[in-house]
Amino acid sequence: MKLERPDSAGRFGSFGGSFAPETLMPALTELERAFTEAWGDPSFREELDGLLASFVGRPTPAHRATRLSDRLGIDLWLKREDLAHTGAHKINNTVGQGLLAKRMGKPRIIAETGAGQHGVATATAAALLGFECAVYMGEKDIERQALNVYRMELLGTEVIPVTSGSGTLKDAVSAALRDWVASVENTHYIIGSVVGPHPFPWMVREFQKVIGEELQGQLDGSKGHPRPDVIVAPVGGGSNAMGVFYPYVGDTSVRLVGVEAAGLGIETGHHGASLGHGSPGVLHGAMSYMLQDAEGQVLEAHSISAGLDYPGVGPEHSYFKDAGLVEYDSVSDTEAVGALHLLSSTEGIIPALESAHALAWITREAASLSGKTVVLNLSGRGDKDVQQVAAFDG
Amino acid sequence: MADGRAALTAMFASARSEGRAVLLPYLTAGLPDPDSSVEIFAAMAAAGADGFEIGIPYSDPLMDGPTIMEAGERALKRGMTVDRSLDVVRSVVERTGVPVLVMTYVNPVLHRGIDAFFGAAADAGAAGVILADLPVDEAVPFVDAATRQGLGMVLFVAPTTTAGRLEKVVAADPAFVYAIAEVGVTGERDRASVNTASLAASLRERSDVPVVFGVGIASPDQARQAAADGDGVIVGTAIVRRVLDADSARAAIEELTPFVRDLASAVRR
Ligand SMILES: Cc1ncc(COP(=O)(O)O)c(C=O)c1O
Repeated sequence: MKLERPDSAGRFGSFGGSFAPETLMPALTELERAFTEAWGDPSFREELDGLLASFVGRPTPAHRATRLSDRLGIDLWLKREDLAHTGAHKINNTVGQGLLAKRMGKPRIIAETGAGQHGVATATAAALLGFECAVYMGEKDIERQALNVYRMELLGTEVIPVTSGSGTLKDAVSAALRDWVASVENTHYIIGSVVGPHPFPWMVREFQKVIGEELQGQLDGSKGHPRPDVIVAPVGGGSNAMGVFYPYVGDTSVRLVGVEAAGLGIETGHHGASLGHGSPGVLHGAMSYMLQDAEGQVLEAHSISAGLDYPGVGPEHSYFKDAGLVEYDSVSDTEAVGALHLLSSTEGIIPALESAHALAWITREAASLSGKTVVLNLSGRGDKDVQQVAAFDG
Repeated sequence: MADGRAALTAMFASARSEGRAVLLPYLTAGLPDPDSSVEIFAAMAAAGADGFEIGIPYSDPLMDGPTIMEAGERALKRGMTVDRSLDVVRSVVERTGVPVLVMTYVNPVLHRGIDAFFGAAADAGAAGVILADLPVDEAVPFVDAATRQGLGMVLFVAPTTTAGRLEKVVAADPAFVYAIAEVGVTGERDRASVNTASLAASLRERSDVPVVFGVGIASPDQARQAAADGDGVIVGTAIVRRVLDADSARAAIEELTPFVRDLASAVRR
């Protein structure tokens, strides 16, 4: 059964919790208190809903992919998070946390970013709400998502390169947490997914579940708006998937599928499939499935998609996996690039490489989905990935 | 079974009776290599260290600044594992006889199994365990395992810790309280901590648990000031940096011997 809220220790079953340096613990408690209070306050909800409508552009459409539906023999719908302001679902969370930080009186914001989408969304919220902002980004990601680096700078944010470890998302999260250990008294950390110590996984889920709630209204079973049989979403840290799944979790008429990065192939060890091929442990403050070696050292993930290149995953997904509430599978870099081409040329939408993973799963499984209404959570647009895809295609 | 916790208690008692604080240098296990690392610890003991924190390197050390991060990366690259780190602990205990605390992060402990890890640490002769990302809220199974193995569990307070959290830390009965002297990760600071007196006072109001200051203490002056307020001082980055910068283990020992001697006389108040 899904949980409204994690328990008082911040656990979803055995997952979650708060394994953070003591310096941060009082701030996490304060954040939980402030969020609980704000989330129950109609004036906070009204302000957020207003911004989601006029600034973010919500509700995002549910669009029927007609040509691809015909081609695959399914009834395929796209939940258009790519049309949200800044081009991905990440903005739902950053505007929410930004308003909360304002309410808590914090003048400075920090964030981590992988693909740069969360960094851009945070920089955007910071400009909108008047915060000083710094974003940590791995040096490898700075290279492969150069467009987003410049966008953040235009928005007035400082992008801080992270050279430790693999220079990707894991290291950026660690660096942001280190900054927060030092700056916690005047800084709020807008974490970019349903990861991190309690209350982040729960709070980010609450800010993202608007995706699934809208979808319930859009595909409500009325004429021309069939209820979904299957909902498919990519899983990096797991926030877009959590957002679209959560309202449906426990509804046995809907199959929920999270798609992780198989990278160069699971058998090569170069992948990002924490749920599918990891084991439980503590990374970035929470107990969850993760990629680790025999010594409990965190392994580097691999994915062509910077947003899925992460060796951990949100604890509530681990709970869903073990409870059998959501299925998790994976697709490779090559399959994802193929799906990006397919959606671009048949539907006129260039998806983010992250989202292309979910589409690749749908095309691979199409025969078994025949005749079904399938929703792809199109978590973001692909402009940021165009150069990388060109390089991949050679 | 050797009682590590009792060894820690005895260390603090004897320092208190001499009217001084203890000096606990930190160094990552296996730097620059396992054998030389034992030599370096032995030299520091000879120069007046009362005990050690020996770090088991971890891939994602959230509480550490660049110097200790680099030490961990180097040690991991050279193949340090939990067992090899515990071998260093064993050799240091045999060589020096001083209490050694194993310092690492939660995940390597969970991965081995809490009891298995604490058992292995006790078997290596460790006196206690410090886990940088373990707040009191998650500490129960670790404290219980420490008790079963006769080890001292160490818990943290920080300048940000609230009164309610201080109560919980004291109630969990740690072997000592690691009082984080600076808001921030490990690293050298160019001024003395302004937090030690108030941290010590708020703990002393509630308990006579030993209070050891760490984070940001890098010079004899800073150590002297922290020692005036507490029962002990941990010096990490300033030690690690000297080892990282040295061309050889011999050079590191030549650097560290006078430095540790100065720190040891500083904590004599
Ligand atoms: C478009 C897009 N989709 C998905 C993700 C993966 O994150 P999450 O699993 O939290 O949704 C990202 C992360 O950067 C992204 O930019």
